[in-house]
Amino acid sequence: MSKKGLIFNIQRFSLHDGPGIRTTIFFKGCPSSCLWCQNPEGLSSSKELFQSNAKCIGCHTCLENCPEGAISFDGPEPVNDRSICKLCMSCADNCPTGALEAIGKEMTIKEITNEVLKDRIIFEESGGGITLSGGEPLQQLDFVIDLLKAMKELNINTAVETSGYVSIEALKKVSTWTDLFLYDLKLLNPEKCKEYTGISSKPVIDNFKYLAQNGSQLVVRMPLIPGINDHHDHLRLMADTLKENGINELELIPYHNIGAHKYRGLNMDYQLQELEPPSKNQMAAVREAFLSEGISTTSEV
Amino acid sequence: MTTKLRGMNERIKMLRLQSETTTPTISIERALLVTEAYREHYGKVSVPMLRALAFKNLMEKKTICINDGELIVGERGPQPQSAPTYPELCCHTVDDLEVINKREKISFAVSDEVKQIQQKEIIPYWKERSIRHKIFEQMTEKWHECYQAGIFTEFMEQRAPGHTVAGDKIYRQGMLDLKEEIGRELEAIDYENDFEASNKSEQLKAMAVCADALITFARRHAEKAREIALNTSNLERKEELYNIASICERVPAHAPRNMWEALQYYWFVHLGVITELNTWDAFCPGRLDQHLEPFYSRELAQGTLTREQAKELLECFWVKFNNQPAPPKVGITLKESGTYTDFANINLGGVKSDGTDGVNDVTYLLLEVIDEMRLLQPSTNIQVSKKNPDLFIKKAGEVIRKGWGQPSVFNVEAVIQELLAQGKSLVDARCGGTSGCVETGAFGKESYILTGYFNLTKVLELTLNRGVDPQSGKQLGLDNGDPRQLKTFDELMKAYAAQLEYFIEIKIHGNQVIEKIYTDEMPAPFLSLVIDDCIKSGRDYNCGGARYNTNYVQGVGIGSITDSLTTLKYHIYDHQTFTWDEVLKFLSDDFSGREETRQLIINKTPYYGNDDDYADSIMQEVFHLFHRLVDGRKTYRGGTYRINMLPTTSHVYFGSVIGATPDGRKANSPLSEGISPVQGADLNGPTAVIKSAAKMDHLLTGGTLLNLKFSPQVLAGEKGLQSLVHLVRAYFRMDGHHIQFNVIDADTLRNAQQNPEEHRGLIVRVAGYSDYFNNLSEQLQNEIITRTAHRSF
Repeated sequence: MSKKGLIFNIQRFSLHDGPGIRTTIFFKGCPSSCLWCQNPEGLSSSKELFQSNAKCIGCHTCLENCPEGAISFDGPEPVNDRSICKLCMSCADNCPTGALEAIGKEMTIKEITNEVLKDRIIFEESGGGITLSGGEPLQQLDFVIDLLKAMKELNINTAVETSGYVSIEALKKVSTWTDLFLYDLKLLNPEKCKEYTGISSKPVIDNFKYLAQNGSQLVVRMPLIPGINDHHDHLRLMADTLKENGINELELIPYHNIGAHKYRGLNMDYQLQELEPPSKNQMAAVREAFLSEGISTTSEV
Repeated sequence: MTTKLRGMNERIKMLRLQSETTTPTISIERALLVTEAYREHYGKVSVPMLRALAFKNLMEKKTICINDGELIVGERGPQPQSAPTYPELCCHTVDDLEVINKREKISFAVSDEVKQIQQKEIIPYWKERSIRHKIFEQMTEKWHECYQAGIFTEFMEQRAPGHTVAGDKIYRQGMLDLKEEIGRELEAIDYENDFEASNKSEQLKAMAVCADALITFARRHAEKAREIALNTSNLERKEELYNIASICERVPAHAPRNMWEALQYYWFVHLGVITELNTWDAFCPGRLDQHLEPFYSRELAQGTLTREQAKELLECFWVKFNNQPAPPKVGITLKESGTYTDFANINLGGVKSDGTDGVNDVTYLLLEVIDEMRLLQPSTNIQVSKKNPDLFIKKAGEVIRKGWGQPSVFNVEAVIQELLAQGKSLVDARCGGTSGCVETGAFGKESYILTGYFNLTKVLELTLNRGVDPQSGKQLGLDNGDPRQLKTFDELMKAYAAQLEYFIEIKIHGNQVIEKIYTDEMPAPFLSLVIDDCIKSGRDYNCGGARYNTNYVQGVGIGSITDSLTTLKYHIYDHQTFTWDEVLKFLSDDFSGREETRQLIINKTPYYGNDDDYADSIMQEVFHLFHRLVDGRKTYRGGTYRINMLPTTSHVYFGSVIGATPDGRKANSPLSEGISPVQGADLNGPTAVIKSAAKMDHLLTGGTLLNLKFSPQVLAGEKGLQSLVHLVRAYFRMDGHHIQFNVIDADTLRNAQQNPEEHRGLIVRVAGYSDYFNNLSEQLQNEIITRTAHRSF
């Protein structure tokens, strides 16, 4: 039980990741690299340093605390030379304002369980539980299975949010301990999928079929990215795929750029900087299109 | 800008508009009538009889007001929004009246005529006779120093004890029935063996005079209604006025027979209580849905009342509360309670006297009324029991999430256990509830007096300065020695405890003297008529006549004191981040030039409100200390001291008298309110807040106040509403006493944009994603602000 998972956030009072009030555990590391990703801190499977210049008060505490001499000041905020930085996080640990922050923490099952159990009464009252998210939680398969088992022994409801890009064997193992899958279907066309998410859609679709046909509880979610996956042919293909597998409900998640600032903080490029979220009319049209194909959709306001 | 007129029909819209748009004024009529009675009777009759004759003079002579279109009649002043003064309690100077007239907030128009009468008639008589004058004369110098320094406030210095709620007896007994009871008690007095015999006799006779006076007051309304009817051409209104006249002849002399009579009866009693004295929390019908249900269902079955008619009566009733602003407050009392609200707080739901589910059809009707009226007064709350259906919370939740602050939510099982722990009977506990802000009481049977707010954080400031107040340089407290010599956190807590005990002694000693002044000079024979067991015991409400007598001291700023102590423990004793020298220096400098230190404290200290035992256990320690020092002491009139944890607006005042605190709070800024975490200190969401708050033993209090802030999007939709229900149920399962959902508005978000530090924990939801508001780009923040301003459910 001394295994550790790399976790980048534990969020209590999650209302939109399964039934009831839930605690969502975000796993670091993802096989995909979707252009629209709003949790870019979940992409890399190593720890990272996150920098929010808005919080920096220019106190130079980081400069004094860096053992490698990686930090320098040209202007008001620190510049970290990533070729020298060894991610010891001494700067983040000592930063008074949290302008420098370590992303990713190695946690044991016990540590996570302690956090999760804090809201046990709230789970019981609301029919909630935990949701594993990310990143792609199933990247840390062994740890995830141990965690799910531990949760089921404690009578905690479990949900797993996945991109589906895992081996079928892995998925089978996980499904034993999972009450609900929140399953992402983003782009069904293999080439398009590769182009925009960096992975092939084939295993994603195969795994979806397996889960749908083997009685797993399944909520299918589709991020709606204007100009990328919202054209009519793709919507129809999506509808057909769902129907063929006995699914007639879909949760739509309209694109938003709420995570754009995180790319800056991680020193990454955000390629969809100019993309506008879908308008109300666009959303209505998409929902209409699905409805005409016999798929009812839900979408948060 | 056009304001939408609210109300179910034209009548209500008009009455509500009148209530909302009339400027509050000061009326001198009551002052004149009371002075007249005192001039005539003072020294010639007993004190209770003097008070009864003053009440009689008011009821016989005060202006009768019946507003156009209203169905429930009677005003405290000569017209809506007109507040009388109570010179026997607080004799305003002409300067006070000028301030009341001109101040920016909570002002009342004062005419020159009123000022002149005050100068010529009122001040000469009352200047040295008012309770306020006597209290300030009799308090010790030490008490005055502490009072001025803001260590505590004093509720009774210009307003009378009240803090109570009507039970159900007025729906069964008329004033004439009560007079019969009084007669029986008078007969039974044992003049030979009972040392209190003549006091009892005077008290009972005074109560009988008050009962007759209220009947007279109602009959004068009947006459007025007939008089108006004669000059009314509208036939419908004419008939209504004749109905009003018959009702005013029936009640309060006799028990009510239908819902209209029941409401009118209560309203006369309400006016009686708030005209007799300026009681804190005005007065309140308490469990209105349960009281009205028998009338409502019977009349509905008989076909003499429709649901719409019942609603119209209730909406008329609502307007009456809003027509009575809290009497004008001055000085520190205004600072601790800066509002027009007079804290009548109507209870819905709960359980019945036999312990079964108390939610009924009137409960749901009242929720509609609350939502439709959206008035400042009356305040409303729901009493949630495990026996109530979720539908009840959901229906209330639909109103709550609209974000105008009502109704608040209480835990019936906690309230009952609190009352039982204080020694009430099970049935009395079940028939109790909460009033004022959050105070637990046995309705109709208890005098539960708030005596003053207590500044828990100020005591730490004094502890760190060897008892000297840095604001004035005066030695107020004990010299507990140099904090630098405190070797452990436990030693610090001991020093704090000694200092706290010292100031609580001063507060309670003062309370005893004040209580004696009220007992001797300011009985309330009318209020005593309606609160059991004043008739039976022949003792006044203000002299321990109620079945249960409780005094409260209210602890303020538990979040701030906890975080301050936690900071000292964490950074001085456990992690040696700072030395005492450094801490004392940055506190006296108000963190000037030490922003990184302040940031380090704010960002790297485990604070209360995050479900972290490190801080939460210190909260428990302070709470138990405060409880131990206050709870169980005896009051002058034979009651018991208890604590509760609520601030009204005193957390702002108390903050203004304290310099920088160890938790990073800058000098003079507000303290945390109620038992809520320090503003911006809770970073783990609402479940962590309720967990932290529930680590306090609520059942040892007579009320706690927890405020949870939400952006409207979080509570949107069916899921949001369900989550609200679940949070309530979870908090209450952990014995939480009260929870209030503060749905933030666009202005709050704009403020968060300007002052991000105070809103660090503020989570907003944007189309499928949640994030801390502070972390969003300005552009996105603006978008959410716009959306919040135009939200709809």
